[in-house]
Amino acid sequence: MSQFAINLLFVGASFALYIGIAIWARAGSTKEFYVAGGGVHPITNGMATAADWMSAASFISMAGLLASGGYANSSFLMGWTGGYVLLALLLAPYLRKFGKFTVPDFIGDRFYSNTARNIAVVCLIVASVTYVIGQMTGAGVAFSRFLEIPSAAGIWIAAAIVFLYAVFGGMKGITYTQVAQYVVLIIAYTIPAVFIALQLTGNPIPMFGMFSTHTESGMPLLAKLSEVLVELGFQDYAADVSNKLNMTLFTLSLMFGTAGLPHVIIRFFTVPKVADARWSAGWALVFIAILYLTAPAVASMARLNLITTVYPDAAGQVENYEEALANPLAYEDRPDWVRTWEDTGLLTFTDKNNDGRIQFYNDANPDFAETAAERGWEGNELSVNNDILVLANPEIANLPPWVIGLVAAGGIAAALSTAAGLLLAISSAISHDLIKKTIKPDISEKGEVMAARFSMAAAILLATYLGLNPPGFAAQTVALAFGIAAASIFPALMMGIFSIKMNDKGAIAGMLVGLISTLLYIFTYLGWLFIPGTNMLPNTPDNWLFGISPLSFGAVGAMLNFGTAFAVAKVTAAPPAEIQELVESVRYPKGAGGAVDH
Amino acid sequence: MADDKSNAAAYWSANLRLIFGSLFVWALVSYGFAILLRPLLAGIPVGGTDLGFWFAQQGSILCFIAIIFHYAWKMNKLDEKFGLGE
Repeated sequence: MSQFAINLLFVGASFALYIGIAIWARAGSTKEFYVAGGGVHPITNGMATAADWMSAASFISMAGLLASGGYANSSFLMGWTGGYVLLALLLAPYLRKFGKFTVPDFIGDRFYSNTARNIAVVCLIVASVTYVIGQMTGAGVAFSRFLEIPSAAGIWIAAAIVFLYAVFGGMKGITYTQVAQYVVLIIAYTIPAVFIALQLTGNPIPMFGMFSTHTESGMPLLAKLSEVLVELGFQDYAADVSNKLNMTLFTLSLMFGTAGLPHVIIRFFTVPKVADARWSAGWALVFIAILYLTAPAVASMARLNLITTVYPDAAGQVENYEEALANPLAYEDRPDWVRTWEDTGLLTFTDKNNDGRIQFYNDANPDFAETAAERGWEGNELSVNNDILVLANPEIANLPPWVIGLVAAGGIAAALSTAAGLLLAISSAISHDLIKKTIKPDISEKGEVMAARFSMAAAILLATYLGLNPPGFAAQTVALAFGIAAASIFPALMMGIFSIKMNDKGAIAGMLVGLISTLLYIFTYLGWLFIPGTNMLPNTPDNWLFGISPLSFGAVGAMLNFGTAFAVAKVTAAPPAEIQELVESVRYPKGAGGAVDH
Repeated sequence: MADDKSNAAAYWSANLRLIFGSLFVWALVSYGFAILLRPLLAGIPVGGTDLGFWFAQQGSILCFIAIIFHYAWKMNKLDEKFGLGE
């Protein structure tokens, strides 16, 4: 069987599974559509949350980010997991007790204000739409690479599959497909990682292999990697960062953002009890950690593998790197996986010094220029897109063709599961918060389910359109989605739970200040609405205020939000007695019952 | 009623103490060991690198899991002790 047929078989089988689940899990009521009936087991929900959370970026790009940045990019690992501690301790149990269907629903009711509700709806839609575009394009890339069809057709196929289970099944259909998608994506991620860890270190568990001995050189793997990187002019893999303030704030922004992203929060509305919401957050993190603990191992091993492929003499115990690096791989002898990826344009070779061999080093490092010149190197000749590390892993490790088929199905599962969660967050905000709560309060239960299905269909069409024609902000998921969730939504939810005296005006002022300050800071460096050339200051560290990058500003925006909200609440009228009682009642699990129908 | 109120207040302050303790550990392992205090831990070698690097890429995540399960377990006991569970 050809590789194409195997890929088709794996992807096709996974789709058949999702469609089967869609037929089995149709939603009949608003409660089923929005919160899967509210009876999802905490471990099941943990698994669904993990699939909801781990996007195309987690599956495809994160290992590449870690491989290229080394220690400096650890923020992604800590930020995208540490947010779950905030969710479990500060938000999920109380929002579950409150028992509503959407995040704006909580903000609108708690701050007794439709203005607050609508600001939350806008924040939710901007964050989620930005996020969903990346999922659609990610699915398109996976389709085009593995099934050899144009990426646009891939996006349409992805949209059609999501349509089937999200429009008919709502949260119920999404929950159970996410569980299946989690299983597919985690197997697809870990199997190649286990084989690579075995090949490089003899240890089958990647997270341990990363810190053990590299068999070929007899050195600790990370020490070997750092040594050879430095010999090629790259930065030491474990090098510390000098701007610790920025790294701290960036990690904090990712954590606040993770805790404030609506598509994650609504997953905790589906469990039966308050205690289940706490356990479920723990399970979610366990399932997420299986991938997030493996990713740094994949990153370091794949980077070492790539270098020793190019410099075979440098793989073992090296006395003299000058000699070991003198005979790089001849272009003619390049392995098959290099040829495959050359076809995609994500890996390119230009023979700058015409010696027929591949020189791969850091030509942007001025301190290394002299060494390179002495060696007769005239520039780096191999450029490798970060995103191919995970996708090419099975080929680099010479794994059987079915593993490649599995990785194809896994990458698509990661994109689809996150897209569905985001689309549900968007469509429920429209049908529940805009239509039911603001425009047409007398809509019937049946009418609202119908409205929810139409909103979902419209959201899918919008996401498909934006996936086919990605706007400038599509690449700004971290800045926009996490920035807004961190600066605007997270503080509002936290104050709504922990401060009885927080009132409508305080919350509204805080959300607006957090949102606007963050957007202004981002636009200053990345351009107004991300239009190239419209930035007022160059986006380089010496122009940043106190060295804070635009991507790290979410945490500062959150603090401005808290400060403004408390100042305004202090000088304006306290919330009405019934709201204060409501906040009190949210604090105690007793009497939560199911998500209230209303 | 007064009893109910003081019972609820005691539950809430016990919860807040638990949250503060948990968040202290959360911040210590990530912002502390993995970022700001990393130079202090540089002398402790872990598999070819230092303890701070291990916390940044593995240790903090493992601690986060432990924090959440510990909190959920403790809160269940508090729910029961104060009779406020479901």
